[in-house]
Amino acid sequence: MTADTKPFDQQGDTPDTVRVANAMEGFLSEFGPRAASYMNACVRCGLCAEACHFHLATGAAKYTPIHKIKPFEAAYNQMQGPFSWIKRAVGIAPTVSIEDLQDWEELIFDSCTLCGRCTLACPMGIDIAELVKEARHGMYRAGLLPDRLAQIVGHARTNHSPFGTPEDFVKALRAIETEFAITLPLDKPKADLLLTLAPGDLEEHRNSVVGLARILDSLNIDWTLSSLAFEATNFGYLSGDTELQGSLTCRLIDKAREIGATTILLPECGHAWGALRWEAARWYGTPINDIRILHTLELLAERIQTGDIRLHPVGESATFHDPCQQVRRGGLGWAPRVILDALGMELRELENTQETSFCCGGGGGVLANTRAAPLRAQAFDIKRKEVEATGATHFVTSCGQCRLQFDRSRQATNWDKEVESLLELVAANLRID
Amino acid sequence: MSAIELLEGPLWQISLGIFVVFGLWRLFVILTTGRTPVQARPVGSVGLGAARAIVGHFVPRRAFFGQGRVWFVTIAGYAFHLGLFALLFFAAPHVAFLRDHILGFDWPVLPRWGFIVAAQFAFAGLLALWVRRFVDPVVRLITRPDDHIATGLTFLVMLSGCTALGEQSAVLRGIHLGTVEAWLIYFPFSSLMHTFTWPLSRGFTGALAGRRGTRM
Repeated sequence: MTADTKPFDQQGDTPDTVRVANAMEGFLSEFGPRAASYMNACVRCGLCAEACHFHLATGAAKYTPIHKIKPFEAAYNQMQGPFSWIKRAVGIAPTVSIEDLQDWEELIFDSCTLCGRCTLACPMGIDIAELVKEARHGMYRAGLLPDRLAQIVGHARTNHSPFGTPEDFVKALRAIETEFAITLPLDKPKADLLLTLAPGDLEEHRNSVVGLARILDSLNIDWTLSSLAFEATNFGYLSGDTELQGSLTCRLIDKAREIGATTILLPECGHAWGALRWEAARWYGTPINDIRILHTLELLAERIQTGDIRLHPVGESATFHDPCQQVRRGGLGWAPRVILDALGMELRELENTQETSFCCGGGGGVLANTRAAPLRAQAFDIKRKEVEATGATHFVTSCGQCRLQFDRSRQATNWDKEVESLLELVAANLRID
Repeated sequence: MSAIELLEGPLWQISLGIFVVFGLWRLFVILTTGRTPVQARPVGSVGLGAARAIVGHFVPRRAFFGQGRVWFVTIAGYAFHLGLFALLFFAAPHVAFLRDHILGFDWPVLPRWGFIVAAQFAFAGLLALWVRRFVDPVVRLITRPDDHIATGLTFLVMLSGCTALGEQSAVLRGIHLGTVEAWLIYFPFSSLMHTFTWPLSRGFTGALAGRRGTRM
């Protein structure tokens, strides 16, 4: 195998043979019939490349989505495929070397945002994003992931959250309360709704926290934050650390049950929705029927539809970036359109919108991966051109990670279009009689 | 036993047996691999989602209408598959063979001109896609040896079938039968199995999308 890739990072001083063995085990640790059907359906037509923002932005063949899982495919054909036993017996089973894993680290972590757009172009409907996610399980176990991502995972494991410890969280909340003259309920023993936040909400996007708090109060919802279960992001999901993914998931579910909450509210975050709403049962091990995992978008759209939230019309044009994990992979495409309509905004859809929307370029942990910044900026250019083509006054989205990616990329490219939070737009135009 | 008797008798049965047994084994292993995790509470219909993906992926999504490679692969793919389907199930010798050796009944067959048109579509599609494997950097990178072997065997089966169409030469008929048997033996171990795995792949993705209330 040759990947023509950049230098890799590796963690620890595990011998190479052990890294490879761990990777092989990790690749197949969550393998099921769905992934097996994908591995047996690909005809190598290459159409997945036509959907991938990294391939389209760079023209590089190595960014073809199905190519990114080559070591994972080799592991499957060696260990678990229908004829792997024959291949092993006659010595033709594919092998994976430490060099292969090192070469593919960039393809698995830097150049895939798990956005799933490639699935739309695939004649076989293969969910390559899911296969990349499973490939990350092996890479994590091999100690082969970008250093920055490994560092964040370490923070999540040892400090409770990538943001910091529970004490850091409380300090950040108090600072927001002071700055915005607001009270944020914390660690109430009983509440109907447990609000979770992303690190970006506590740093760059503090207006989102304030806005959400005001909206929840205006709806007379009995809510709380928890210093022991505040983190919505799940870097286990993004890094391939399945143990961490499970523990972060269970922490939120357990805390909600402890305080009697029937709802866990997720902030404007994309992968948090994928990790908790669509995968919590998988990691919890049982169906979760007593708690509703609700996205902020859903809350706003539903309460607008019931008339509980009324808004002052903004009356200007807007275009909306659909976050992949919320819309294409999350089913929430209807919600932002309800909200923008209630804001009286003329929605000018991007050329590729809703399920077919291009990724911002920073999802799937790529934003946290500092070495991927140049590639991210190239992918961002696709979105920039689409936004400019609409001529809309406002550029709006509903994911903190997408906003950070747009902010960093527009600074790097001197683009003057600011991206706005849909939640913050709602909060700023809330009608309270 | 003459060579043609061998090809029509034991070798046919053996190759057909390998095709069926190992093909079914492959499907069985796919469907019983690993474990299916506990699923989230659905917002949409899993079954409808699967059905929609199985049907929907027959044509490119509107978002890709402007991309030439998508149309190239789609048109060439349909030319090849529809042409091959017509040849396989409506060429007069095939219908007679299926009637005499497997099914016991027959159905209307393609006229000679229909056979020629179908063969031209099938060859044009197959060759276009095969050439693309050598000239397109993306497809060249991801093509496996198996993809060339599967395409090459299919090409030989079609070519030998055309030469044997007149049914005037036992040798040509024997060569065609021999290539078909090689193709059947290779089939379950190769990417040719996409003939049977495509609904699984599309269906699993569609089921996930249906559960989540989206379309993928």
